[in-house]
Amino acid sequence: MAVRTLMLWCPDWPVTAAGLIDGVDPYAPVAVLHANRVLACSAAARAEGVRRGLRKREAQARCPHLVVVEHDPDRDARAYEPVVAAVEALASGVEVVRPGVCAVAAKGPASYYGGEEQAAERLVEHVALHCGVVAQAGIADGPFAALLAARRGQIVPPGATAEFLAGMDISTLDRPELVDLLRRLGIRTLGDFAALPAGDVLARFGVDAAYAHRLAAGKDDRPLAVRSPPPDLVVTGEYDPPLDRVDTAAFAARALADRLQERLAAHGLAATRLGIEARTAAGEELYRVWRHDGLLDAAAVADRVRWQLDGWLTGSATRLRAHGGVFSDPDAPTRPDGLVVARPTAGIDRLRLIPDGLVRCSGMQPGLWGELGEADARAHRALHRVQGLLGPESVYTAVLSGGRGYAERVRLVPWGDERKAEGHDRPWPGRIPAPAPATVLAEPIPVVVCTTDGAFLHVDERLALSGTPATVRLARAADGTPGAPMTVTGWAGPWPVDERWWAPDEANQSVRLQLGVAEGPALLVAGRGDTWWLEAVYD
Amino acid sequence: MTSSIVARLDRRDGSAPPASLERLWAAGLVRRASERVDQAVERSLPVVPALQPLFPGGCLRRGSTVSLHGSTSVPGTGATSLLFAVLAAASAAGSWCAVVGLPRLGLVAAVEAGVAIERLALVPHPGPDWVDAVGALIDGLDIVAVGVPGRVAPRLATRITARARQRGAVLVVVGTWPGADVTLQITAATWHGLGAGVGRLRRREVEVVASGRGAATRLRRARLWLPGPSGSALPLTNNHVSLDEYRERVHQADARQRRAS
Repeated sequence: MAVRTLMLWCPDWPVTAAGLIDGVDPYAPVAVLHANRVLACSAAARAEGVRRGLRKREAQARCPHLVVVEHDPDRDARAYEPVVAAVEALASGVEVVRPGVCAVAAKGPASYYGGEEQAAERLVEHVALHCGVVAQAGIADGPFAALLAARRGQIVPPGATAEFLAGMDISTLDRPELVDLLRRLGIRTLGDFAALPAGDVLARFGVDAAYAHRLAAGKDDRPLAVRSPPPDLVVTGEYDPPLDRVDTAAFAARALADRLQERLAAHGLAATRLGIEARTAAGEELYRVWRHDGLLDAAAVADRVRWQLDGWLTGSATRLRAHGGVFSDPDAPTRPDGLVVARPTAGIDRLRLIPDGLVRCSGMQPGLWGELGEADARAHRALHRVQGLLGPESVYTAVLSGGRGYAERVRLVPWGDERKAEGHDRPWPGRIPAPAPATVLAEPIPVVVCTTDGAFLHVDERLALSGTPATVRLARAADGTPGAPMTVTGWAGPWPVDERWWAPDEANQSVRLQLGVAEGPALLVAGRGDTWWLEAVYD
Repeated sequence: MTSSIVARLDRRDGSAPPASLERLWAAGLVRRASERVDQAVERSLPVVPALQPLFPGGCLRRGSTVSLHGSTSVPGTGATSLLFAVLAAASAAGSWCAVVGLPRLGLVAAVEAGVAIERLALVPHPGPDWVDAVGALIDGLDIVAVGVPGRVAPRLATRITARARQRGAVLVVVGTWPGADVTLQITAATWHGLGAGVGRLRRREVEVVASGRGAATRLRRARLWLPGPSGSALPLTNNHVSLDEYRERVHQADARQRRAS
């Protein structure tokens, strides 16, 4: 017996999701494209003649001011999450069929809200109110018929599903090959298909077609695959009287961490990131996300709370702000009041531990060959401690990346973030071979290079130098006056660089010279025309 | 018991030790008292062969402080390359290193010198809290290199040095450090390979003088390629012809021959 199913369908969900997340105006003509074909379009676009399955160019021809968005399944799912949560608030046992469509068993809400119609109205209204999303509800026997009912915003009375389906086009089965075959056999509606004997359908078309045959006959007895709502893993500790010392707060955090650990273990999970939120009695909040390569245990959590509060109470937060550092984590959700305080004015009355980056914990095991040995763990702790002292954007690790200039061949990533080296092993014609300069200036310094006759050294389009480089000096030394000229003893180059000419903003066309200098280390200078700048020092 | 065995093994008369001891000897369970295995072997970090003559024991002793100075004759030359050379062997052997307060490091050169970049942490701008940061790093890392902002008060230096000694970390300072155990000073540096519009920088010949306290009081001197043709530091011998140079000579000979024909 097919289950009475209430289906909630949000029309053109990919468009709505793009509107919710990327801020695309869903009332303008919008089309979401996948593999150059229109996957979904807004009502305005449909009014202009844009249809599903059109090519991009064709769609743009029909509607020249069409806004085109690339399809992103993650975006769709992410945007749908609040809708599911809203539905879950009213009805239990939600199945997410796909982003944009979810189903609940109609029986519970119908008896609670006094009728199927009332329940459907209630759900649609709740979703519209809480998520600002337009949805349509439909009720029928079985999810397949319910989805078709939802598309029409119809409530099919119990037992009338077969008649409801009978008039539908065969293509609603969503099995292109089978539909094509049936069409050629002269079967155009679900009713025609359902009228065939079930045994013959199985013998002629196979198992999947037999299942489709049951769907067409309104005998969809697949139970709902109900999702389990995500567990609430945040642990909170309230303190009265407020904690006014770091060590007592750390002690309290230890107990909280134990509770968090227990709760995570009960779900078989472990956290790779941890948000620690402290609130003072005066309402100030401090939130920071800590990353951890291994998994966080109670002692590690207590340590992090202590470091975080240490920095806060001793006022390095003020200094951080003075340096323009980011105090709270940039990816962290902004506090409702947007408050980032430099220093607390009262004791801490609430601590919350918010686990993040959850992974399935399959029993913690130290690496057999010392993947994360004792020394590594010690080093990680020390570096996290420094991050606690100076802020998360103070400790870096370097990653090799592709490029020709020495500054772009290394990328610094904050400690704890993912290290992903890429492109450094590709051939980069025009790269200067080893040895590399030991000092690389992040911001090149302007220098003046002169030839033997005292004129500025000039390099023309054909890479010819105007003379022999004889002296080099800083255009502006530390005290603002021109630097003292240094005698060039040897030089090599010019080696041309013509990078990213296709992107005018990033294009770099210059030449590089190596200069040996009598009064200092060898230099690597780059230039264009007669302007030169110091890139690196062979220190 | 052990001491008596060792004493008997070390007999001056050269008579063979008893057969049972022979077996123990072969198994490596006993050793001659004269071949003193220094405690320092476990308490030290390796350095590249080119720098070994400069350090007492040929290694970086844990808990010691090393101060690096660029060339005096050619100002500001070589200190950073020297830093990479000092870090290279220990880093490659699995030690964690951190560099504090040196924002302009050319890390490609560090990789070429042999530093394992995945075990190198950088604190480019420690700000006024650099002492706390260095202290925290000394607690957990094997080598902490510091670019000293200006002069350091001797009291502060003593405190940091003591912490490094207690934790068994090596403190490498680029610049002057009061009471450093070993001070490396580049006395001469010459680049090879650069002509008037031809060639390119290939390697640098440097002379380093080490002085210091305790075991390092005696002045030691070494000549090395810093960096060598591939970027790593190499010992310099008098009749040294590198593969690179050899290739260059072959190339030149080829060119001459082509020109002649």
